[in-house]
Amino acid sequence: MDLELLMAGITIFVLAIFVGFEIITKIPPTLHTPLMSGSNAISGITLVGALLSAGAQQTPVTTTLGLLAVIFATINVVGGFLVTNRMLEMFKQKSPS
Amino acid sequence: MTQVLINLGYLVAAVFFIVGLKGLTHPRTAVRGNALGACGMLLAVVITLTHHGIVGFEVILAGLVVGAAIGVVLAVKIEMTSMPELVALFNGFGGIASVLVAGAALLEHTLHGGAPSAQITVATAASGLIGAVTFWGSLVAFGKLKGLLNEKAMLFTGQQVLNAALLVLALACGAGVVMTSIDSVTVIGHAFPVGEILHTNSANIFLYGLLVLAASLLGVLLVMPVGGADMPVVVALLNSYSGIAAAATGFVLSNNVLIITGSLVGASGLILTQIMCKAMNRSLTNVLFGVLAPSGDSATADEVYAGRVKAASPEEVALLFDAARRVVIVPGYGLAVSQAQHSLANLASLLEERGTEVEYAVHPVAGRMPGHMNVLLAEADVPYESLKDMDEINPYIDQADVALIIGANDVVNPLARTDPSSPIAGMPIIDVDKAKTVVIIKRSLSPGFAGIPNPLFAADNALMLFGDGKKMVLGILAALKNV
Repeated sequence: MDLELLMAGITIFVLAIFVGFEIITKIPPTLHTPLMSGSNAISGITLVGALLSAGAQQTPVTTTLGLLAVIFATINVVGGFLVTNRMLEMFKQKSPS
Repeated sequence: MTQVLINLGYLVAAVFFIVGLKGLTHPRTAVRGNALGACGMLLAVVITLTHHGIVGFEVILAGLVVGAAIGVVLAVKIEMTSMPELVALFNGFGGIASVLVAGAALLEHTLHGGAPSAQITVATAASGLIGAVTFWGSLVAFGKLKGLLNEKAMLFTGQQVLNAALLVLALACGAGVVMTSIDSVTVIGHAFPVGEILHTNSANIFLYGLLVLAASLLGVLLVMPVGGADMPVVVALLNSYSGIAAAATGFVLSNNVLIITGSLVGASGLILTQIMCKAMNRSLTNVLFGVLAPSGDSATADEVYAGRVKAASPEEVALLFDAARRVVIVPGYGLAVSQAQHSLANLASLLEERGTEVEYAVHPVAGRMPGHMNVLLAEADVPYESLKDMDEINPYIDQADVALIIGANDVVNPLARTDPSSPIAGMPIIDVDKAKTVVIIKRSLSPGFAGIPNPLFAADNALMLFGDGKKMVLGILAALKNV
């Protein structure tokens, strides 16, 4: 059972890497900075794990670790999406629609 | 909510991320793509909060509020020129979050008596290792970009031996975490009670701590030897690491949305790293170990420049622009340093009003992160269409009447084409030397990152405009208005 779960995980991992390669190679160099900050923001998905640790409240230690993780991941997510948006708005204004 | 529904929600979030990233392929759809990604994240967070394992919301709320407040302040306050620092910092935060989550998960499993499976412990070790390297590496990158640390490559003897030793130590600790967490190992039909022998209460926690410590030191040492102009590669690579750390955390928690998202980001960072390396004609190992190809017996600065460099005044350059029909502007890191992007854009629009065609040629590694120059120019309202890639502009750069170089050096050094013994030999460059006249705005004749003189500055068709980038651009602008 464990092994099946692991295999499923690895399958997803490998396929997602290919999806990543396919999409990212199509992004023009002009947008590389927003791509980095944007992909950075979604790598803050660790927040999901952080929430589980912080909310389970098993022991004071795990809760503290979880709290710190929530803070760091939230900075990453909120800051990342906002700053990406700020950059992209600058690009958008100048493009003929 | 049941686990099935939660997983379905995660799947939807993952789709949002993928479609969102796809939106980034064009400036017109990019804002929407980014917003889609943010929606996906919101969805993932809300769904997670319905998980039955979550019993208290105070801590979560406190963490979210504090994190969001810091994130908003950072994102709103940051200058566009400082974007590389911010991205490096955010990368690091993603890394440390993975370290903490994996550590907490390991602790929970251990305290609950049940032996965590090999998948969990292996993934925990990976998460701790990659996450800690990302965090500390990013902090060093941040320090270097911000000027808090020496931007030059810092090398000492035995550095690579030490790095290797640290990596081995970290891996050994990782193996220790796995071994101390399992009950028994079955080898050829015999069950060995490893757990009884090794399992001294919290040995695995201690080993995890040691692993994180070793990986932290490794992260610092890995980025220290990387010099300023190589930063785009490192920032991209750390971006990739932060993704892989998130994916590893996904394996710890058996959480598919983490695995999918982490691998997307990992792949994206890797591609950018590859593009950056190619644009410098250097291998990743060269960049990471601070190695610049040894320069052969190349000419000294005096031999190259002696008596041949022509200095000009802004007024003379304005006269050149007055007669020019096509102008190509090549920005470099110096543009960001002198914050000249707005003045430059003003100059360009004045030229366009006078009927001159203006284009920008952007080298892939100009600046301190991939796409750095494009962001600065976009901030200054430069139309997306006038930004040209190196490969796009090179074939017709000889039609330019004036090429204006501001704050760039190595990326326009013709030695890359002509001198096979040069440290930058083979690096693709913008062929500005083929333009009718080349104007270079630069403080002095000091060499760029590669440390070699640039014969372009002494070329017959080149004029040097010595001074601060912004002041010189404003000078040309004022003079051009009076022509």
